Formats: sequence, C-alpha cells, structure tokens
Amino acid sequence: MLGRLDWSAIPLHEPLPLAAAGGVGLAVAASLFWITKRGHWGYLWREWITSVDHKRIGVLYCILALLMLIRGLVDAVMMRTHQAVAVGDAQGYLPPDHYDQIFSAHGTIMIFFGAMPFIVGLMNFAVPLQIGARDVAFPTLNAASFWLTASGALLVNVSLVIGEFARTGWLPYAPLSETSYSPGVGVDYYLWAIQIAGVGTLLSGVNLVTTIVKLRAPGMTMLRLPMFCWTSLGANLLIVAAFPILTATVTMLTFDRYLGFHFFTNEAGGNPMMFVNMIWAWGHPEVYILILPAFGIFSEIFSTFSGKPLFGYRSMVAATMFIVVVSFTVWLHHFFTMGAGADVNAAFGIATSIIAVGTGVKIFNWIFTMYGGSVRFETPMLWSMAFLITFVVGGMTGVLLAVPPADFVLHNSMFLVAHFHNVIVGGVVFGVIAGYTYWFPKAFGFRLDERWGKIAFWFHMIGFTAVFVPMYWLGLEGMTRRLQHVYDAGWTPFLYVMAAGVLASVAGTAALIMQLAVSIRDRRDERLRDDLGDPWDGRTLEWGLPSPPPFFNFAQLPDVSGEEAYWSIKRKAIEQGELPEEPDYDMIEMPRPTPTGIFVAFFSTLIGFACIWHIWWLVMVSGAGVYLAFVGYAWRDVHERDVSVDEVRRADQAARAPRAAALARLVKEGRT
Amino acid sequence: MRAAHSASVLRPAGVVAAANRDILLNALAVMIVVAVPTIIAAIIVAWWFRAGNAKATRNEGFVYSGRVELVVWSIPLLVILFLGGIIWIGSHRLDPSRPVQASPGIRPLTVEVVSLDWRWLFIYPEQGIATVNRLVVPVGRPLRFRLTSASVMNAFFVPRLGSMIYAMNGMATELNLLAAKPGRYAGMSAHYSGEGFSDMRFITHAVPQRAFDLWAEQVARSATPSLGAGNYAILRRQSRDRGEYVFRSAQPGLFDAIVAQRLAPAGGPPAVRSATDAEEK
Amino acid sequence: MSAVPTPRRSEWAGPPAKDIVTAYGFWMFLIGDVIMFASFFAGYAVLAGGRAGGPGPADIIELPNVAVQTLCLLTSTLTCALAGVMAERRRMAWTQLWLLATGLLGVIFLALEIREFSHLIERGATPQRSAFLSGFFMLVGCHGVHVVAGILWLGTMMAQVAVRGPKAYVQRRLSAFMLYWHALDIVWVGLFSIVYIWGSIT
Ligand code: HEA
Ligand code: HEA
Ligand code: CUA
Ligand SMILES: [Cu+2]
Repeated sequence: MLGRLDWSAIPLHEPLPLAAAGGVGLAVAASLFWITKRGHWGYLWREWITSVDHKRIGVLYCILALLMLIRGLVDAVMMRTHQAVAVGDAQGYLPPDHYDQIFSAHGTIMIFFGAMPFIVGLMNFAVPLQIGARDVAFPTLNAASFWLTASGALLVNVSLVIGEFARTGWLPYAPLSETSYSPGVGVDYYLWAIQIAGVGTLLSGVNLVTTIVKLRAPGMTMLRLPMFCWTSLGANLLIVAAFPILTATVTMLTFDRYLGFHFFTNEAGGNPMMFVNMIWAWGHPEVYILILPAFGIFSEIFSTFSGKPLFGYRSMVAATMFIVVVSFTVWLHHFFTMGAGADVNAAFGIATSIIAVGTGVKIFNWIFTMYGGSVRFETPMLWSMAFLITFVVGGMTGVLLAVPPADFVLHNSMFLVAHFHNVIVGGVVFGVIAGYTYWFPKAFGFRLDERWGKIAFWFHMIGFTAVFVPMYWLGLEGMTRRLQHVYDAGWTPFLYVMAAGVLASVAGTAALIMQLAVSIRDRRDERLRDDLGDPWDGRTLEWGLPSPPPFFNFAQLPDVSGEEAYWSIKRKAIEQGELPEEPDYDMIEMPRPTPTGIFVAFFSTLIGFACIWHIWWLVMVSGAGVYLAFVGYAWRDVHERDVSVDEVRRADQAARAPRAAALARLVKEGRT
Repeated sequence: MRAAHSASVLRPAGVVAAANRDILLNALAVMIVVAVPTIIAAIIVAWWFRAGNAKATRNEGFVYSGRVELVVWSIPLLVILFLGGIIWIGSHRLDPSRPVQASPGIRPLTVEVVSLDWRWLFIYPEQGIATVNRLVVPVGRPLRFRLTSASVMNAFFVPRLGSMIYAMNGMATELNLLAAKPGRYAGMSAHYSGEGFSDMRFITHAVPQRAFDLWAEQVARSATPSLGAGNYAILRRQSRDRGEYVFRSAQPGLFDAIVAQRLAPAGGPPAVRSATDAEEK
Repeated sequence: MSAVPTPRRSEWAGPPAKDIVTAYGFWMFLIGDVIMFASFFAGYAVLAGGRAGGPGPADIIELPNVAVQTLCLLTSTLTCALAGVMAERRRMAWTQLWLLATGLLGVIFLALEIREFSHLIERGATPQRSAFLSGFFMLVGCHGVHVVAGILWLGTMMAQVAVRGPKAYVQRRLSAFMLYWHALDIVWVGLFSIVYIWGSIT
C-alpha cells in the first residue's frame, strides 16, 4: 500500500532535523490556526491561492524565496560552525552522512528555491508593469509555474523528516548518484523536486519571453525597454534554451535509478562523463540566468538613484545579449581537470574569459551612470554599491579559474567556493535584496524602514567579508571543498573567523526580518507611506501607477514615446504644471482566478512523493488528477471578467488625486 | 595525531606546481591592474557625486559618448586578448598529459593510481610493488601517473607538486609531475566521492632516487602480501580505514584490467555495512 | 534627458491579437521541447558505441515496421492539416472527421512502436542490456510518449469541439495542437534518419 515507506523513514535517532521540523511544523500550525481563527481562508483562497495576477504571483515567489533563503542560511550556519570544530582528529557534531546531506541541500535549496524564485518573482512582478501590460501572456500558466516551484521546495523540505536528502552535492554527479552508490531515497528526492520545479521554471520562461516580446504597450519598442526587461528577456531566453537540457538529464538519471537503464552507470557502456557534460550545459547558463536579472535590477537602481538615465543603454543591451550567447559555449570550464587535452581546455578557457568583456562593459557603464548624477545612498543604492565592488573581485577570481593551468590547482578548492559565493551572494543575493527594497513600496504601498535596512546591510557586509575572504586563502592553502572534517589544525583561526562571519550574516538576516516587522507596524506612518506611488523619483512605467497598482495595472495602456517612459511623462507634467488629461476610459477584460495551478501542483507533488517511495497506485491516481485539472480548466467557458468603465475610472481618479496634489504643491513652490 | 603537511599551492615543490603558481599570479596581476582602479573609481565617483556635494557639477545629459563606449569595450577586450595568450600557451605547456622535461637520459617513473572507496592504491609497474595511501616518489625524476577509479569519480591532487586530474572508472587519465625537492607533501582527493571522502588523504614522500630504489627493494623483499585480483577484491570494498599498506608484489596488468573493466567496477555500500567492516579487520 | 521628446507613433502599435500571442508562446514551448529531444539525441549519439557486447543498431532495426510507422505519421500530418483547414472554415463535422483520422493514425503508429519494442525485449535487447539500448529506448520512447500525450490531447479537443463548437478559444487550442503534432512529425523525421536509416547503414 505504501510502497517502501515505513516508520524507519523517520529519522527518530537524529534530534537535529526532527527538532527543526518540529519547529517549522509548530510555526505552520500556528499560522494555520491564526488564519482559521481570523477567518482569512476565503480571502487567501480568492486573492492569493487562485490568483492569476502577476503581481500576486510575483509576491508569492518572493515569499517562497525568502523562506528558502532562511532555510539555506540555517544549513550554512551548520556547515560553518561544524567545520570550525571538526579540525584535526575532531569530528565536529555532524557525521559524514549528515554533513553531506547538508551541503547538498544547501546548494540545491539556495540555487533552485532561494535565488531562482526570487529572480522569477521580481521579474513576474515588475516586467509587465515596466512594459505597460495588464498581465503576463499566460496568467494561468504563470500560477501553475509558481505552484510547481513551490512543490519542488516542499519535496526537498519533506525529505528532512521522511527519509533523507541526497548526499551527492547540488549537482548529483554520476556514478555517485546511481543506485549502486546511493541506494537510499535521497537522490530520488532531489530528482523529483528538481524535475517538477524545473518544468515550472521552463513554463515561466516561455511565459515571460512571450510577454516581453508580444505584450509591450504601444510605442514601447524593443530599444525603449527598460534595462531590467532586457536582462529578463535574456534570462528567460536562457531558461527556454537551457532548462530542457536539465529536464532531459534528470530524466536519464531517473531512468537509470528506477528502471536500470545505463546512461551514466559504470556498467554496460554507460558514460558518467556524459552526465557531467550535460549537467553543466544547463548549469553554466543557469548562473547567468540568475545574474542577468540582477544586473537589470542594478541598472534600474543606479540610474534612478543617480537621477540620470542609464549610461550607454545600447551598449548595455548589446552586452546582455553577448553574455546570453557566449554563456552556451563555456560549460567545459567546470571540468578542465578531466583531461580533455590542451586545445579543448584552451578554447573553453578563452571563451569563458570573454564573458568578462560583456560584464566589464556593464560595470564601467554603471560607474558612468553615476558620473554627473546626484547620487542618493538609500538602501537599494547601498546594496548596489556593495555589489559593484564585490562583484569585480568575484568576477576576477572567476576569470582566474578560467585559466586552465590555474584551475588545475584551484578546482574544487575553497577558492572555487569563495568565487561562486562572491558572485552569487555579492551579485544575485545583494541584487534581489536591492530589488525587494526597491519594489516593495510598489507592491504594498509603503516603504521598508531605512534604519533597519542599513543595519542589515552592514551586518551582511561584515558577514560576507568574514566568511568568504578567508575562504579564498584557504583554497590557496590547498583546502578542498565538501570536507566533513578538516585535517590541518593550522587553519583553525580562519575557520573561526568564518564561523563568526556567518553569525554576522544571521544578525543581518534577523535585521531584515526586523525591518519587515517594523515597517508593517509603521506602515501608515508618514515616513513610510507611499501615497504618490513614486517613492524613489522613478523613471519607468511602474512608478506612474499607484502603490499598490490596481489588479488591471493600467487604466489605459500607456502610449510610450521615449526611452524612459514615465520620466518623460513626469517631466512634461511638471513643466506644464498639470497632469495629462484624463483618458477616455474603456471597459477592461481581466483573466478570472482559477485553482488550476494549485491543483496541478498538488497532484504533481503527490506524483513526486509517490515515485520516491514506489507507491505506484498513487502515481496513477495523481496522474489522472493532473489530467482532470487540465480538463477542468479547459472546460471553462468564461475566461475573463469585465471591469466596468466606472470601476476603472474610480480607480484611476483615486490614483490621480495625490499626484495632482503633489503637482499643485510644486506649482505653489514655483518649481515647475 | 598526524602531522599536517602543507598543501599550499603557493609553495611549489616541483616544476609543474611552480608553473601553475606563476600563471596564477601573473593572471591575477594582469587583472588587478584593471580591477583595483575600477573599484577605486566606483567608490570615488559615487562619493563625489553624492547628492549632498555642492561642489560636484551635475550633467544629467551625459548618457552616451562614443569615445567612452570605445574605451569601455576595449579595456576588457585588451585584457582578455592578453589573458587569452596566457591561457593558450599555459594550457599547452601545462597539459597534464604532456611529459615533464628533465635532464636528458632520465626516464620517467610510471605510477599507476587507482582511487578506491575511500583510499588510494598506487601500483609501481616497474618495481612490481604496490602501496595503499602512501606515495613514495624519487626527487628530480619525471613522474608519469596513469589514473583510474575503482568506482566513482575522484581527483588525484598533491597541491605542492601541481596540477590535479580526475580518476574515472573504465578509463585512464594521465598526469605528469616532478618533485624538485625532498619532503613530505599532502595528497588528497579533490573531488567529492561520498562518505569517506574527507579521509581520502595520503602523504607523498619525495625522496632521493637512491632512497627510492632502496625502499622499493625493501618492499619487494618484505613479508607483506602480494596484490592480485583476490586482494584487490577486498581492497575495493568501501572502507573508511585510513591505514597505509604495502604489497611486495603487484600482479602485472592489474591496472589495465581495472581500466578495461575486466575487473568489474566496485559496488557501493554493502547491504550490511557492519558485517563487512568486521570481516575486513 | 531633460528635453521631452516629441511623441511619435512608432512601429510598435501595441499587443497583437490573442491567437498570435498564443501561437508565439506555443512556439517558444516547442523550441524548448525540441531542445530536450536534442539532448536525448546527443545522449544516443554518445552512447551509440556503448554496446557492452550486446546488439548494435543494425541488429535491432526492423525497417519495414518503421517504414509503415513513418507513413502513418506523415499521413497524419496531412489529416491534421486538413482538420485545421476545416476548422478555419468552421466546418466542424469535417474537422472532427479529420481529427479522428489523425488520432487513428497516431494509434496505429503507437501500436507498431509497441510491437517493435516488445520484439526487442523478447530477444533480450532490453534497455537494461546496454547503454546504447538505453539511449535508443529513451529517444524513441520519448517521442512515443509525446504521441500518447498528443492523442490524449486530441481526444479532449474533439470532445471540446463537439460540446463547444468553433469558439475562439477552441480554435486557438486547435491550432496549438496542430503545431504540436507537426513538431512531433519533424522530430520523427530526425529520429528516422539518424536512428533508423543511419543506424541500418552503419
Ligand atoms: C544562491 C546560492 C547560494 C547562496 C545565497 C549561498 C549562501 C551561503 N553559503 Fe553556500 N553554496 C551554494 C550556493 C549558495 N550559498 C552552492 C551551490 C554550494 C555548493 C554545494 C555543493 O557542494 O554541492 C554551496 C556550498 C556552501 C558551503 C560548502 C562548502 C564546502 O563545500 O565545504 C558553505 C560552507 O560554508 C557555504 C556557505 C554559505 C554561506 C555562509 C552563505 C551566506 O552568504 C548566507 C548568508 C545569508 C543569506 C544570503 C540569506 C539572507 C536572507 C534573506 C534575504 C531572507 C530575509 C528574510 C526576510 C526579509 C523575511 N555554501
Ligand atoms: C551568479 C553566478 C555566477 C557568475 C556570475 C559567475 C561568473 C563567472 N564565473 Fe563562475 N561559478 C559559479 C557561479 C557564477 N560564476 C558557480 C555556482 C560555480 C561552481 C559550481 C560548482 O562547482 O559547484 C562557478 C564556477 C566557475 C568555474 C569552474 C571552476 C572549477 O570548477 O574549477 C569557472 C572557471 O572558469 C568560473 C568562471 C567564471 C567567470 C569567468 C565568470 C564571469 O562571468 C565573471 C565576469 C566578471 C568580471 C570579470 C568582473 C567585472 C569585469 C571588469 C571589471 C572588467 C575588467 C576585468 C577583466 C578583463 C578580467 N566559474
Ligand atoms: Cu572519464 Cu572524463
Ligand atoms: Cu560556469
């Protein structure tokens, strides 16, 4: 009945995961209780769970990401504190099988369920607003993508209490991940979680590419797109091109494990090197999928907070597309040490370092964007500055690794670990936190508290430096990655500094949570409230909308006439001392909410779980469930609801009022 | 407690390692020339143009300049052009399969390396002996390693001697190194291979040629067991035993038999781990 | 940019009609699907030599069977296109008929593929036998699974056409289905040439 699932799957002998799971369980139970008691279920179901509004879905993605970042941080804390006390003959507090699960889970969660959803969430939220669209191209599909991602995250976290997680690293290299070397369910959890979430991501990529290419407002030509939309387009094109490779690779490994196929086995002609090639053919583009939208966020912020348009816009577009194309030609740099031969290594080394050209152009153009501007150091800008400085270092060490003879002694060392955290934390995480702070008022109508934001920033900066600078050194000293215990007692001081560093990161994260709490508490405060909808003196279309925008975004689709759509409208209004005329409002059709997404994801989760535990009847039943969810959706006859002219007018007039007032104030002060 | 031996790649003890280090430092130097000014420029520009600075001249219209674009593209391009040269030459000069040059007349010493779960087997085909977790090499003589794995992937790495290389089942990779001075150098697996990975370390003893010959002879004459398919079958079982062993003889062709999979790949965890562990003792 | 640029209606006149957007999105999806097939193709090519003493391509290919399969699929492309033409003219009965023909051809194709697979398995040429066979079964089987999904979709579409008639959204879905079916055909042509023709030559 339950396949291989029995009581032995619950790690009763391991207090740590049980306690953690207990804590999480309690928290979940408490919030469920609270929701029930306050009677919020109806609201949640109608406005969030079945919502197909891209802004809502974007927010959901970000919430998922924040939770998973915290989970990943907990893993990081365990690794750093464990290694600090596992030196010489000491074994620390995590036995190998446990430690190996932790770094695997950390990498998997951080990349797939921390960084990715955050990036996708911000794109979901901001892209349609910036291009002047009412929603993404396929709103229901969008909801399904989100819920599928959430399913993957759920599966990974279930592995904490039912069974185990993979011990094979964030990329389960064969043949270690084959059944003969990893007989448990750990790798299966990995495979199903990634497969389900990966399909979600692929669909979301399809959706956003279509949105950007096809749904732009009148006049919004490609070369008037805000930079964030360009980098999002690049990232989503990469998703469409790269994620199918991941799907195929994961499928092959799944067939090896479940049906005794021989794609990557040592036996019967299988080829483990093929796994390594295929996983990196996806894996390398993946890191640019993460960083490109972050580059876009920084572009928006540098320009907004310098009060200047982005410098060298066309160059930036060219550099973005350059990175997109070249990123598919470099995957071999992850295994220079496989002995492919000098010509091959050299060719891939050079191709890799060429990426530095596109990135360098961006870095220089950001500096020139500040040049001649008037730079305001609010928190989004602080994160961006920190990025600008740290990313140059991380990029430089990346290029160093692209030099094969250097990589021959640095591969898989702590130097490598330092490199990629340097670019991922300093680039992607700083980027998403900057983006979160930047768009938060747009989503909720109030800003985040600056004081706590600055505290969080400095703690994170200290933590980041203290963890990753010593790591570079340890790498040069010959310390390899993924060590459950460390043999050289001489490294102890460094390990202590790194452990202290991660505690600073914890403090920084606590400060971020504090910031959120304080800001929610004080949301009606003059200091935080964003009545105008334009808290940063923004330049792109979303700042022309009220905060939060109505669900249909634009009362009337904007007619764009320049590179900085909203800035020119704003200038004109200020010059003339009056708002543009009220448009002739029209009725709007908006997609209706539907539970299709969550139904599909629910059954997919069941499929994954049932496959992991070989509960075949449940697989069949859930498969039928997925099909029925689709059919149920397909059978709806009414897909849209009408928003009446009255409702549109009311919403727009309410949004115009504070702007008119602000303008009147300016006129009175004679500043027009 | 075992004494820890330095594994710093910045303290080379051989020509390959020295070349690795030089390329690393050169490439770093080239990049620092661009990176440090970039960082400084970023800080200065941001600070000077801060909103509160009355002395800064604002120029909102400065959004494009062909000259600036030219510079912006060509600086990194030039650096990469130069670096590309380093990469091309370095990759060829330091190709792991390329024999190390030594004084004429010195033949390289071949060592066959098999990564096991979780220890290292070294076979000396010329001497006809084998060791586990202990690598003894002569100083000043080119070393030609041939590597394979009994099971999952590993990377053979002695940082102070230079380049690492993967060991993979069903195939042989090649690595050429040279120890320039006597000493004891830490060696390890640099590629995660499962539970016992952290302990996949060995010490490389670089000794003068005479001492090496003496040692090899001693081993050959010792009363230690000899390594054949039977012993190998025991050895390849998963074990976290970190002991060093020597074998007075090694069956010729053992390595090739492993590479050709005439000796089947080792399995993973035994059904009942504790039973086999006991049996091995 | 202090000067306000003069407003100018540009070449981009705003979002196109919904069916164009849908078609574009579905094309993007198909590109992804084709890339996934390309990965399986790559896997097959890499593993072609990994026979572990087992049979090779020439030993397992039954060209007559495959020829009939190909014929079925090519014909079904035609019938599928005809269904599209009829749907455009709102002749729903004809649409249904051609859809039915498409589906039947698909079923025959599948039956032949199952026959091929079971022959192979009877002879011990199972996917577990060697890496080459794993690659073969995966590549061909993945196409087969796509055909199964296609038939399921087709059946659902026929039901919808019957119940809902030629509504705009039904038409949109029909045209997406047709794109899908044609894509399967193209993938099959690749499969047929690389796996079967090339395999039986070498
Ligand atoms: C997105 C990717 C990502 C991120 C962000 C991180 C962040 C961190 N990682 Fe990790 N890491 C990986 C991806 C990532 N890592 C990968 C892929 C591996 C390889 C795994 C493998 O070996 O297979 C790895 C491995 C890895 C190791 C193993 C090294 C080894 O092999 O021995 C270690 C050890 O210290 C480590 C540490 C850290 C630390 C200290 C952080 C810190 O920077 C964490 C700081 C905290 C944050 C950045 C989160 C901030 C929190 C929020 C923003 C939420 C705020 C909440 C609200 C506002 C409500 N990482
Ligand atoms: C967001 C993620 C991200 C980003 C942006 C990058 C960016 C780069 N990475 Fe990194 N990388 C990872 C994530 C990332 N990487 C991860 C996760 C791994 C390891 C995974 C694992 O093994 O588990 C990895 C591993 C990795 C390796 C493999 C090493 C090994 O396994 O031995 C290499 C080797 O070439 C490499 C190179 C580079 C290069 C050249 C860049 C370039 O894009 C950097 C370009 C930027 C700059 C150079 C700075 C700015 C430029 C200038 C100021 C101009 C002037 C400078 C010059 C001309 C040099 N990376
Ligand atoms: Cu085996 Cu590369
Ligand atoms: Cu890469």
